[in-house]
Amino acid sequence: MTRQDIADAIIEIITDIVPDEDCSSLNPDEKLRDQLDLDSMDFLDIVMELRKRYNVEVPESDYPQLASLTSCIDYLEPHLKDK
Amino acid sequence: MDSSTRIVITGVGLTAPNGDTLGEFRQNLLNGVSGVERYNIRYIGDTVAGVCHFDNRKYQTRKELRTGTRAGSISIYCANEAVADSGLDWDKIDRSRIGVFLGITEHGNVETEGEIYEISKFDYDVKYWSHYHNPRTVSNNPAGEVTVNMGITGPHYTIGGACAAGNLGCIQGLQQLLMGEVDVALAGGVSESIHTFGIFAGFKSQGALAEHEDPTQASRPFDNSRNGIVIAEGGAVYVMERLDHALARSARIYGEVVGYGQNSDATDFVLPNPERQAQCMLKAIAKAGIAPADIDIVSTHATGTPAGDRRECEAIRCVFDQSCTTTYFNNAKSFIGHAMGAAGALELAGNLPAFDDKIVHHTINVDDLDPACALPNLVLGKPLQVDKVDIILNNSFGMMGINSVLIIKRYES
Repeated sequence: MTRQDIADAIIEIITDIVPDEDCSSLNPDEKLRDQLDLDSMDFLDIVMELRKRYNVEVPESDYPQLASLTSCIDYLEPHLKDK
Repeated sequence: MDSSTRIVITGVGLTAPNGDTLGEFRQNLLNGVSGVERYNIRYIGDTVAGVCHFDNRKYQTRKELRTGTRAGSISIYCANEAVADSGLDWDKIDRSRIGVFLGITEHGNVETEGEIYEISKFDYDVKYWSHYHNPRTVSNNPAGEVTVNMGITGPHYTIGGACAAGNLGCIQGLQQLLMGEVDVALAGGVSESIHTFGIFAGFKSQGALAEHEDPTQASRPFDNSRNGIVIAEGGAVYVMERLDHALARSARIYGEVVGYGQNSDATDFVLPNPERQAQCMLKAIAKAGIAPADIDIVSTHATGTPAGDRRECEAIRCVFDQSCTTTYFNNAKSFIGHAMGAAGALELAGNLPAFDDKIVHHTINVDDLDPACALPNLVLGKPLQVDKVDIILNNSFGMMGINSVLIIKRYES
């Protein structure tokens, strides 16, 4: 997956998790929780969907690395580059 | 009784398979319109059920629908509709003085079945189990979702009462009001049972799941060709208040809860005990301070199983003798199926407008009346206009021998 593919995949997951929000124009460098109404359970949903859809396991110690769209892509790129 | 110990109904919110407002539900009952339709569910395949079609986006966001439960959604719809109907000034009311008391047959089966199905796609690896499992399956979930949605900070819980639960929710609301714990009770019953295959499979294994090529004819209480229960979802929530509270805000009063009964058969898991059912009705009648002949409508519980229908009729005959010439009997399950935890509350709602129009809604699908169920004044085939409707008795019974009866009287100052 390219960085753009990964960005699209993350936005698709987040759109499913907060379906009332507009996820089409997110600032990639701003924290997702500052832009969207995401609570801790929603955040666990992101982790769960990465597990289900892409077989990526995100350990709890790495959760802070999923803070923004850019940091998500940076973190996931090595896991998804061959998918 | 003074006005602080009289409890009245001042708002109704409901969803039934044949109506999402009291007016629509009542009209479809009077018009003989069934809400039972073809239905398909995992592992069971094609069957019939009473399915609700309320607008679940009316009071919930898409995210709330995603994270919540169907039972919660039904509860939220009914509670909001009831409050809107009641005319309560929602922005000014002290929401710490509101309680939510909802009867349920069961809760959590839908979610648990769904989650097991989900992890089956992942070789039953529990790391794919939803982190929403616990909040979705705690037994207070349906009432709790109402409090979160509406910002209610008074008490909330559900009352697990099998198919007697709808009446029990109302009784709980009444008791909390009488104890002064709350000023407003949102009380009634809900059920999302059609979303669990287990209840269909359970009744099928028991030989008690209705089948019919025409779904609208599948629910046939009192008819010789009945072959079981039509499972339905639904909900009915009432705004209940002490009379003085209702009068102070010039509320519309649907009726006064003047009596109730609750008891246990203590005999069998499934088969009802008519003696105990009769005792439950008599307890309610005694509490209301009336005689059986004073009752104008008896909303029967009959579900469409031969044993259940006949035993209820036996109980009714013990209570209502030949002197009860103006007591009429009907059955709403013939229209909507068995809405389980919602049944008692919903079936009562369908009869409340009779205080105004003096029409007893009928029972449909009785083409060949079981002689054992041939109650005098059983209203069959078409609605019946009567001279007066002042008192309604509502039966609701459930598995494990749980019985509940409500008596509602036309409000008189």
